[in-house]
Amino acid sequence: MTTIELKRVANVIRQDIISMLVSAKSGHPGGSLSAADIVTTLFFNEMRVNPQDPKWADRDRFVLSKGHAAPVLYAALAEKGYFPKEELKGLRHTGHMLQGHPDMKKTPGVDMSTGSLGQGLSAANGMALASKLDGKDYRVFALLGDGEMAEGQIWEAAMAAAHYKLDNLIAILDYNGLQIDGKTDSVMSSAPLAQKWQAFCWHVIEVDGHDIDALLEAFAEAKTVKGRPTMIIAKTVKGKGISFMEDQAGWHGNAPSVEQGEQALKELREEAENLG
Amino acid sequence: MADKQATREAYGKALLSLGAENPNVVVLDADLSKSTKTADFGKKYPERFFNMGIAEANLLGTAAGLAAAGKIPFASTFAIFAVGRAFEQIRNSIAYPKLNVKIAATHSGISVGEDGGSHQAIEDVAIMRAVPNMVVLVPADGEETRQAIFAAANYYGPVYIRMGRLDVPLLFGEDYSFEIGKANILKEGTDVAIMANGLMVSMAMEAADDLAAEGINVSVVNVASVKPLDEETIVRIAKVTKAVVTAEEHNVIGGLGSAIAEVLAERQPTPMVRVGLKDTFGESGKPTELLEKYGLTKLELVKAVHEVLAKKQG
Repeated sequence: MTTIELKRVANVIRQDIISMLVSAKSGHPGGSLSAADIVTTLFFNEMRVNPQDPKWADRDRFVLSKGHAAPVLYAALAEKGYFPKEELKGLRHTGHMLQGHPDMKKTPGVDMSTGSLGQGLSAANGMALASKLDGKDYRVFALLGDGEMAEGQIWEAAMAAAHYKLDNLIAILDYNGLQIDGKTDSVMSSAPLAQKWQAFCWHVIEVDGHDIDALLEAFAEAKTVKGRPTMIIAKTVKGKGISFMEDQAGWHGNAPSVEQGEQALKELREEAENLG
Repeated sequence: MADKQATREAYGKALLSLGAENPNVVVLDADLSKSTKTADFGKKYPERFFNMGIAEANLLGTAAGLAAAGKIPFASTFAIFAVGRAFEQIRNSIAYPKLNVKIAATHSGISVGEDGGSHQAIEDVAIMRAVPNMVVLVPADGEETRQAIFAAANYYGPVYIRMGRLDVPLLFGEDYSFEIGKANILKEGTDVAIMANGLMVSMAMEAADDLAAEGINVSVVNVASVKPLDEETIVRIAKVTKAVVTAEEHNVIGGLGSAIAEVLAERQPTPMVRVGLKDTFGESGKPTELLEKYGLTKLELVKAVHEVLAKKQG
């Protein structure tokens, strides 16, 4: 896909996130919107997947370690054709397959159940080890949050991924700088993150997480790295794309009302028109 | 054949043959492979052995990822660290998605001995039993451990296998048959039943012999499969004996005794006495001295049988 095509898909995914959350009346818009360009680039350009065969043994894996951003994953999976878009309305509703946090048992295309922060990177490590053990060439992508950097297990997994030289593992940090209680730097400082991951012997790439071309370049660079895992630190804006949500911690875990949803969709449709 | 063997020893040996039989079996440890006995697998199959260092959360989380990609991981460390430190990884990364991880924990109970209370898991069965999708196995001897390990590998889903450090009597030969979800009646009597697992099974057999000399006819049931529990056998035996003693190297809260009490209370109310740790932590000491001090002996079982018989008659 071309850059402009990817931007259009990201716009559709953002619209679907808003519609889904309005229907669910709860959920996490901020961190879903901040990750929309990353997830779009992965699913529509970088990853080797087949929506007709979600369990294909040779597919690339995606682990949403920041599982509360489930809406962005669901929107991408639906857009990609893993399941009908109709399902998006069922998000967080009893008896429907789209759980509040990703559930690999219920949703086609979800490679790992996540939601409890800190656990996804370990699972991604396990998959990357299995890929090597089986002599396969599939890669594993894990999307992490910056609030999640406070979880000790992340650093256990960081150490292990480097120890086992998992160059088929690419982690992306959705560095939006906000978490539930406020700015990540004031809740629990995790900076300097690039230095920390470098010190854990990862190949680190810093990138603007809303610049599709820069993301494509970062993924291309990650592909060439041998002998160690790659961490792409993607600087993002929480709530990206919706004027009244951008950079507001309050939009971490609150769904927009019907009116707010309409306003958000209006902004996104305008953006879509500008994209042509 | 040696007359005693620690269940962890049997585990280490079972892994070697399992590894030869099934190339999908992988083993992870957290810097305790010499103690958990996974080290031999590591030597024989180094490409399928992953030492994760002293990092139990990542140990269990990585096992989950390997299972999600089709492997059959056996993740080993001491019971206290597997279930204690990594509980939520077990709960959310393994049990919730029903991934095919075998949590093979050693050094359970007070028979850990000298390392003391901090290292003696006495609540692990209760915790694992409460988690949906989890199978909980507590084998009694080497042969049962070997069969439990193979049974776990052949079953799809998470299994918690609880093993010990201490050498315990070998009870069973190759003709013995362990099945997930089945209790084994080792001795069928009519007056009282002792339902036990782990190292308490051999003590139950000895107690039954002593009680026979007193004219008391004891059933001994080995309940290695705590979950799923063989309710039919438990109810059937309780119907006959009308008195049940449970015996486990675990807190009396939440373990085998509780599981059996739940079944009997609902289906076959029966006088019971639970032998186990009386809601107390252990301490440092020689394993046999600790077992005595905390009431996990043949003599305590004999006492408990008299107690339950008094209830039955009362």
